[in-house]
This record gives sequence, structure tokens and C-alpha cells, in this order.
Amino acid sequence: MLEAYPDNRLSRICLWGFSALVMAFLMLPTLVVVPLSFSASDLLEFPPRAYSLRWYDHFFGSATWMAALRTSLILGTLTAMLAVPLGLLACISINRLGGKAAVAIQGILLTPSIVPGILLAIGLFFVLAAQRLVGTLFGVLVGHVVLAIPVVCIVLLPALARFDWNQVQAARSLGANWARAIGGIIVPQLQISLLSAILMAFLTSLDESVISIFVSSGQNSTLPKLMFISLRDQIDPTIAAISTVWTAIVVVVVLIVTSRQKS
Amino acid sequence: MADPALAADARRERRFFLSLSLPALFIVGLAAILPILWIIRQSFLTTGGEYSLGNYDKVLSSGLTWSALVTTLELSFGTLAICTLLGTPLALALASARPRVANLLMAFVMLPLWTSILVRTYGWLVLLRRDGLINAALTDSGLTAEPLPLVYNFTGTLIGMVHYMLPLFLLPVYAAMRDIDANLIRAAASMGATLGQTIRTVILPLSAGGIFSGSIIVFIYTLGFFITPAVLGGGKVNPLSTRIERTLSTFQDWGSASVLGILLLVVMALIGVMFLAARRLLTRNGAAHA
Repeated sequence: MLEAYPDNRLSRICLWGFSALVMAFLMLPTLVVVPLSFSASDLLEFPPRAYSLRWYDHFFGSATWMAALRTSLILGTLTAMLAVPLGLLACISINRLGGKAAVAIQGILLTPSIVPGILLAIGLFFVLAAQRLVGTLFGVLVGHVVLAIPVVCIVLLPALARFDWNQVQAARSLGANWARAIGGIIVPQLQISLLSAILMAFLTSLDESVISIFVSSGQNSTLPKLMFISLRDQIDPTIAAISTVWTAIVVVVVLIVTSRQKS
Repeated sequence: MADPALAADARRERRFFLSLSLPALFIVGLAAILPILWIIRQSFLTTGGEYSLGNYDKVLSSGLTWSALVTTLELSFGTLAICTLLGTPLALALASARPRVANLLMAFVMLPLWTSILVRTYGWLVLLRRDGLINAALTDSGLTAEPLPLVYNFTGTLIGMVHYMLPLFLLPVYAAMRDIDANLIRAAASMGATLGQTIRTVILPLSAGGIFSGSIIVFIYTLGFFITPAVLGGGKVNPLSTRIERTLSTFQDWGSASVLGILLLVVMALIGVMFLAARRLLTRNGAAHA
């Protein structure tokens, strides 16, 4: 964009030097955690003097951490299983209706992503407390589903806008009912976008912390909730090991999504 | 069109499409809208279960509430200011890079966006603590005699907030700058504008929309952010969000927590309206210039 200014080498060097520093700032905290997780010491030394896998042992050997990991993975899976079908139907509705109705539906579905997490969390806590459902998987699950629906819509709406609706028309005129048209034509054609939506919904749930902190407890505590509590109390390298495993999962999922989108 | 059967068919189809969004609307109503309404109801309830304005009286006459509000605004303005200063040049650099390089660098910039907030907060704790990496580097190199207080205070919270919000600011700004027609910059250059003049009079005005969107996102998100102040603030930085949590978990005072929540919503709405009004004013002036 700035090729019209080939002579301003100094400004360009300054701009890129500054940008390199900002990018370093962005990556630093994620990257610093990885070597720490392989440290052999109880202290947070950097670089570690000796390496070991003891913190991974500690994580995978701890019943509490494993229960939290299991809860988080189950929640992520259930969230994707609920949010994607609900989101797909809503997106079809938004796409076909158009006009004011579509804007209104979209507005309502986006509310959870605009309202601060802390408000959703305490509101949900009040509602669940009245039904004696605090600490159940159900409570966290509905919270995660409503946070995942906007994400699913962001992925699926553009895909549906590109979709050729004549195919559905043809199927319908040949006698297929709507369930058949959706399952037999829309779903297979949106395969790649749906895969992205599933993974993004899963990640949304996996990464969510505020609702989990307020609404999940005991056996159903999620990994972020447990991490939050232990960050407040003490910080030992077990968290570094968990963070590394966590980031690795996320990077793999994101790589799958982006490589699918390109192909 | 005149055929009543066709019209009835169209109506039926519309109703069918409308019904497709009902399950999603239902669950959003149940798990997002009902809870907000519940907070409003709870704010008027005394511990005895009667309706009164007592909670409002208590919360709004407390000095803690107002200092929480000031902290919230300081944190939001500070985060926005630093994000603008760091993010705008970075977006300019990325937009001026070759597409392949820009895409690769964007992937790195987006890495924190995909990292759990708790992982990042932990990373910052490790870096910023008294015996953390940054202080070790500073004292070892002799730059400072004593370790600096970088975390469990406002500085640490601000660093964590900027780190979370910067990618969110960068995305719309980068998108706006990348869409600028390169011919406009060539034209400015050929007419003798210096690089600084071109940035000021061509690039920044044309990316104002993106900078604006980025600013709204950063400001509104920071207002209600919880994890970063709760961990990196170490109990000493208390914006409305952590005040809500403490009122609820330490004092079990549901009514006051609800009033604080409503205060947060009102502040968000007011600032959102101010941003939109400012944008309207800006675009009108922009149109007058053009």
C-alpha cells in the first residue's frame, strides 16, 4: 500500500520495528508458558535449569483436574451438538425471511454476545438458584449454548447466502418435505461450514470461563473454573502444563478450520 | 398475486420459516433474556422478599460503588488509548505488507485470540510477578535496583486488558486499511504529499470507520470484563465487575449485586449511544468535506 513511497526507508523501518515489538507483546504470554511446563523445578524459573514431565504427570494424575477436563470436553461436545442444529435452523429462517423479521431474530440471537459475561453469569445464577439447578451440568450447558449460537450464525449465514435455493425448490417440487430437503441437500452442501461451526461452538464452550465460575461447582466444575481458582490461590507449573495442552488443542482445532476453509 | 390460494401458500411458508428460529429464540430467551429480567427484579427485592428501593439506596450512596465506577472508566479509557496507539501503526504495517506475508503475520496476531484467557493471564503472572521474568531481566541488567510492582495492581490489569483487546481492535482497522484503494495513495504521493501528510489526510480518514468499530468493541468489552481485573488486579483493582462478584460471593447480597449489574448495563448503554452519536457527527462532517 505504501509502495508509492519507496524512499522513506527510515519511516518504514520504524513502522516495522514498532510492529515487531507489538507482535512480540501479543505472543509473549502464550509462548512463555510452554518451556515452563517442562521445568523440573517447583519455582517458576526461566529458562528452566532442568527439564522434566513431572507437571504433566501431576495434571494427568490428579483426579480433580481430570474430572474438570472431562466436564469441559463433555460440555464442549454437548454445546456443539445443540448450538449447531439450533443455529442452522435459525440461519435458514433468517435467510429466507429477510427484512425486518430477519433483523429482529438476528438481534435477539446476538444479545448474549453483547451483554457482559458477568451479567449473564449472575442472572443465570439467580434463575438456576430459583430452580435449584446451580452446580448442574444443565445450567452451564444452556449458558454455553446461547454464547455459541451467535458464533454458529456468523459462520453459517454467509454460507447460506451463497447457497443456491433453487435446489431446495426442485427437491420440494419433486415431493421432498422440508426435513428431507434440509437433511438431504442443505446439510451435505454446507458440510465444510458446518464443520467449522461445530468446532467453533466447541471452542466457545471450552474457552468460556465467567459463566462456569458462577454456575458450575463440585463434580461439574469446568477446567477454566478450576484454573481461575488456582490462579487466585497459588501458581505452580501444573497450570503451565495444562495451558500447554489446552493451547495445543486449540491450535489443532483452528488449523483444521482454516485449512478446510481454504480448500 | 391475486390468487388467494397462492397468497395463503406464501403466508404458510413464512410462518414455517419463522418457526425454524423458535428453538434458538427459546433457549436465548431462557438463558440470556430471562436472567437479565431476573436481575432487574432482584434489584427491587429486599432480603425479606418485599419490593423496595432499598438496594438502590444502599448501593448508590456507597463510596465503593463510585470508586468502582471510576476504576471501570479508567480501565476502559486506558485500554482503548493504548490499543489505538499500538494497534493503528501495526494495522498500517500489516496492510502495507504483501498479502502472503500479511496473512502469515495475521495468524500470529490472532494466536492470543485463540488462547484461553486463563492461559494468557497465567502467562502474564509469570512474566510480571516480583520474581517474574521481566523483573529478573530488569534487575539482572542493572536497569532497576529494585523489582518493579508490575502486577496485582492497576498497571498489571491494564497490561492484561490491552493484551486481550488489541487483536479485537486490530481486526476492523486492518480490514478498513486493506480496502483503501492504492491509487489514492499513489495520487497523493504524485502530488507531492509527504508520507506523514498522506497518512494524516488520506489513510487515517479512510480507515476512520474501522478505527471507530474497533474502539466501540474495545470500550464496551472492557467495561464488563471480569477475569483480568480479578486475577491481575490482585484484589486491589475493583471495577464494577469484580465488585459484583464480591457482593455476591462474599456478602451474599443478591439485591446489591443486581443493582451494580444494572448500573453496569446503564453505563454501557450510555457510552454506546455516545459512540453512535459521535460517529454520526463524524460521518456528517466527513460528507461535508467530500
